[in-house]
Amino acid sequence: MLVLAAAVIRSVVTNGRFEWSVVGDYLFDSRILHGAVVTIELTVIAMAIGIALGVLLAVMRLSPNPLVSGASWFYIWFFRGTPLLVQLLFWYNIAALYPTIALGVPFGPSFIHANANTLITPFTAAILGLGLNEGAYMAEIVRAGIISVDEGQADAAQSLGMTRLQTMRRIVLPQAMRVIIPPTGNETISMLKSSSLVSVIVVTELLYAGQLIYSVNFKTIQLLIVVSFWYIVFTSVLYVGQYYLERYYGRGARGQPLTPLERLRIGLMAVRRGQS
Amino acid sequence: MTGQPMVKAEGVHKRFGRQEVLKGISLEVRSGEVMCLLGPSGSGKSTFLRCINHLEKINAGLLSVDGELVGYRPEGGKLHEMRESEVARRRAKIGMVFQHFNLFPHMTALENVTCAPIYVKGTAREQARARAVELLDRVGLADKLDAYPAQLSGGQQQRVAIARAQAMEPRLMLFDEPTSALDPELVDDVLQVMKQLAAEGMTMIVVTHEMGFAREVADEVVFMDGGVVVEAGPPRELLDSPRQERTRAFLSRVL
Repeated sequence: MLVLAAAVIRSVVTNGRFEWSVVGDYLFDSRILHGAVVTIELTVIAMAIGIALGVLLAVMRLSPNPLVSGASWFYIWFFRGTPLLVQLLFWYNIAALYPTIALGVPFGPSFIHANANTLITPFTAAILGLGLNEGAYMAEIVRAGIISVDEGQADAAQSLGMTRLQTMRRIVLPQAMRVIIPPTGNETISMLKSSSLVSVIVVTELLYAGQLIYSVNFKTIQLLIVVSFWYIVFTSVLYVGQYYLERYYGRGARGQPLTPLERLRIGLMAVRRGQS
Repeated sequence: MTGQPMVKAEGVHKRFGRQEVLKGISLEVRSGEVMCLLGPSGSGKSTFLRCINHLEKINAGLLSVDGELVGYRPEGGKLHEMRESEVARRRAKIGMVFQHFNLFPHMTALENVTCAPIYVKGTAREQARARAVELLDRVGLADKLDAYPAQLSGGQQQRVAIARAQAMEPRLMLFDEPTSALDPELVDDVLQVMKQLAAEGMTMIVVTHEMGFAREVADEVVFMDGGVVVEAGPPRELLDSPRQERTRAFLSRVL
């Protein structure tokens, strides 16, 4: 195994066609960095919408009111049933369907008018497409978390006089988080990368920024390496964030391991004590 | 000590699907009284307890707590189902203690006791905390305020649960087999706390298999079997000289 790995590394390093210097040149190129920022923005905003929507849809789905749970079921069915790429293109072209968008009372007067073409920029279309789609997936993840909490918890909360929503917010959801976080980390990583799909609706995110450069200088592989490098950096940061979030929501559980930082500190203290 | 009826049940029926669990329960618990419900498992004791604070809806009959119907509002000669917030407000006045404690595992003992006063009643944090410390001290857990449920023994958890229920200042406490899930040596601590509550005049309905407790504390003992009340009476009468054959058979098995 080690020999094989060494051979691969040697070939990657010595093969001149990789042109590692070109990779270095573009790693911190302002266009690439700008694209990276857009990718982060897309991921953060779309995930925020997705999580908020997911919690709402999951609570609705578990409502005793069939109209409410039915609406949630329909949403999830629809958004999971159509490809994300199609949804993105749909939002991008929404102006063809509704040239003006107005906010107001249904069938009544409206307060705000806007031209759909100016309101729905490629960036908002991307946010809508990614966020609304993510909401459907997050809904199922949150629902799984809620179902995993022992029913006795809701009994106890309600016997203390909490309403269904209070019980959900204060008692059930905080406990559901332990089950919700790992797949949500998965979703965030997946979102980080599927945000590259929005290059089709001309949003200059990380991948599209790279494509724009290599379409001029033809250093395709080098720029794809640059782009991959940043994706891996962001994913690694997410790993750390998820680790600490899991610890926070795992409080009260038996046998919480120490964090690497705590272990380091204890190790250093032991070394110092050994010296003195 | 006894006065107005706190709980009044008339012909209470409850079905789960096709299975009829309660087949017309009628009984009365007066204010300040302790009632123990005995009976084999599946006799409907726990279900009846859950009906009293509307965790289960009854299918027929009348059930009232402190003179008010449980879960329904009489209006224009008809009964209307109450809104959820109204049901919640009524429940807040009834404390319940469960067989498996059902403490909130993500909160410390102190937070378990303060959460309902803060979220439901809107009590100020400081005030809720002071009261919770006092209640936990009374159940002998003054040194466990910051412990999470997983760090406590079953007996300690159940005492936190009793303090949690008391924090809402209930007028009635329901105990659903509070010592059945405990190791034998931990049972006494919990029973001691319950005796203290009874001595203070709390109205209590206790589903239990602890005959000693029933004999010592209960004002009335009710024996249920197959969804009906078989026999009821003062503990000495019912436990020492039961009139019904079914009661006798059950007692000979548990005593």
